[in-house]
Amino acid sequence: MNLAELNNLLNSELTSKIKESKEENGELLINVELTNIYSTILFLKTDSKCKFRQLIDILAVDFPGEEDRFKIYYLLLSHENNIRIKIVSQIQIDSKVPSITKIYPSANWMEREVFDMYGIKFKNHPDLRRILTDYNFKGFPLRKDFPLTGFNEVRYSEKDKKVIYEPVKLEQNYRNFDFSSPWEGTKYIKEVKEKVKND
Amino acid sequence: MTKQKKTMNLNFGPQHPAAHGVLRLILELDGEVVEKVDPHIGLLHRGTEKLIEHKTYTQALPYFDRLDYVAPMNQEHAFALATEKLLKIEVPIRAQYLRVIFCEIGRILSHLLNITTQALDVGALTPSLWGFEERETLMTFYERASGSRLHANYFRTGGVHQDITNDLLNDIGIFSEKFPKVIDDLENLLTDNRIFKQRNVDIGIVTKEDALSHSFSGVMLRGSGVAWDLRKSQPYECYKNLDFKIPVGKNGDCYDRYLCRIEEMRESVKIIKQCLKQIPKGPIKTVDGKISPPKKEDLKESMEALIHHFKLFTEGYRVPKGEVYSSVEAPKGEFGVYLISDGSNKPYRCKIRAPGFSHLQAIDYLTKGHMLADVPAVLGSLDIVFGEVDR
Repeated sequence: MNLAELNNLLNSELTSKIKESKEENGELLINVELTNIYSTILFLKTDSKCKFRQLIDILAVDFPGEEDRFKIYYLLLSHENNIRIKIVSQIQIDSKVPSITKIYPSANWMEREVFDMYGIKFKNHPDLRRILTDYNFKGFPLRKDFPLTGFNEVRYSEKDKKVIYEPVKLEQNYRNFDFSSPWEGTKYIKEVKEKVKND
Repeated sequence: MTKQKKTMNLNFGPQHPAAHGVLRLILELDGEVVEKVDPHIGLLHRGTEKLIEHKTYTQALPYFDRLDYVAPMNQEHAFALATEKLLKIEVPIRAQYLRVIFCEIGRILSHLLNITTQALDVGALTPSLWGFEERETLMTFYERASGSRLHANYFRTGGVHQDITNDLLNDIGIFSEKFPKVIDDLENLLTDNRIFKQRNVDIGIVTKEDALSHSFSGVMLRGSGVAWDLRKSQPYECYKNLDFKIPVGKNGDCYDRYLCRIEEMRESVKIIKQCLKQIPKGPIKTVDGKISPPKKEDLKESMEALIHHFKLFTEGYRVPKGEVYSSVEAPKGEFGVYLISDGSNKPYRCKIRAPGFSHLQAIDYLTKGHMLADVPAVLGSLDIVFGEVDR
């Protein structure tokens, strides 16, 4: 089975669930509603033709400007057919994603990581704790509104004889350069050009 | 009367020599039998993915050295391939061979460390002394190509940083002639060693089905009898032109995984030898001046080269809008990068798929019902490096 065949098969079997499907860079991407994630993935794993028996990764992406703030991706791999597939769904900041730990046990930590980094909650997850960040960490670091430098820094205090947390104090702020139109000239040159054109 | 069970909780790590880094395990023990393992990871979390979102593509590459710091260039490879896919550029053939040579050197580096420390965990000291001597030679090759022994930053989008000399190629050739003897010596010490076998055979058995559903890849998958290697099944670079075999285990225990790694090192040596024979002369990075920086000589003569150099090292290049997943067969398994570009000079999102993350996750499943002393043996054969697990 190749990518086009898989695309046809999925579109006929899961017609009502798939919002959109496209092939790009040799990968198939299907877009489904949040409520259909579980059933779609279960179908992909158990169907005798698809056989997506391995979950490669789960990841989320933050798009702060959009109505549905996060996108969640599931990457699956079928060894038999040598095909990869991506399942994507748009979710809102407070929506609960159905956990797929029952289908793939390895989803456990991956969902914990998504929760840790983005604060996305999962329904029916057996053990939804933070995983990578520090004990008692607050905030969701991979959201776009979380500053790169963070809020707290850690040091060993000679006075207290223990490791203490303090608000971040930097000698120099992290510098973010504006590269809006570098090959054509910087921002003010572009503005002048626009003006000349309009006049 | 119901039998009362009393279990004991034991804290293992985060600073323990057998934990291979900063791993904290909360073990629930019934006598000496492990009931449950709860790994606490993240003690080496450095926010790599967040940092990459704030760096240009060129600046993002060195972060990949710091993931699996045992085989740095294999990680760079995944990121370079991802950006190349988005930019739709071809890598010159000589660069492909150079990449393959150094990736295979990375594989040997990683397997040497893993095998010898696995042996160390179960009580054999000598292999690590012998293995580290070879690692030193290999890291000298890294140094001669890139200028540093560990954090190479050698691969670039569109090729490699600079060409290597014929002297270096000759020395790698000499090494590949000598190295199989070292593997034989290591095997003499371990393969039929009674203690080593007692500690590894039938420990941490993974069935084929479980290996798949636990997202195992690399040796963890092949040790359980699944013949799957991305270099063969989804070939990238010049692996198509090379002749090598994929060693596959039978029982899926720690011992089979050890045997797979030994065989993989032999195959890597074979690959390196073929590469040295086939490697052509030619450019080592793409000729597109908007992506790869100009030659040093040109900077003194050509105004255009100077402009390009300045722009590339301040702003960097822009990658077209799109998203792509690209993966390589790293020594530890499938190492993947999911890259989302919004058309600017910085990645919008870069998700790193580290093989060790899924492997470590399965430690509860692997050690349940085993003795406490088997935990380090299983941990050793999982091939965990915390740089990539914690990211």
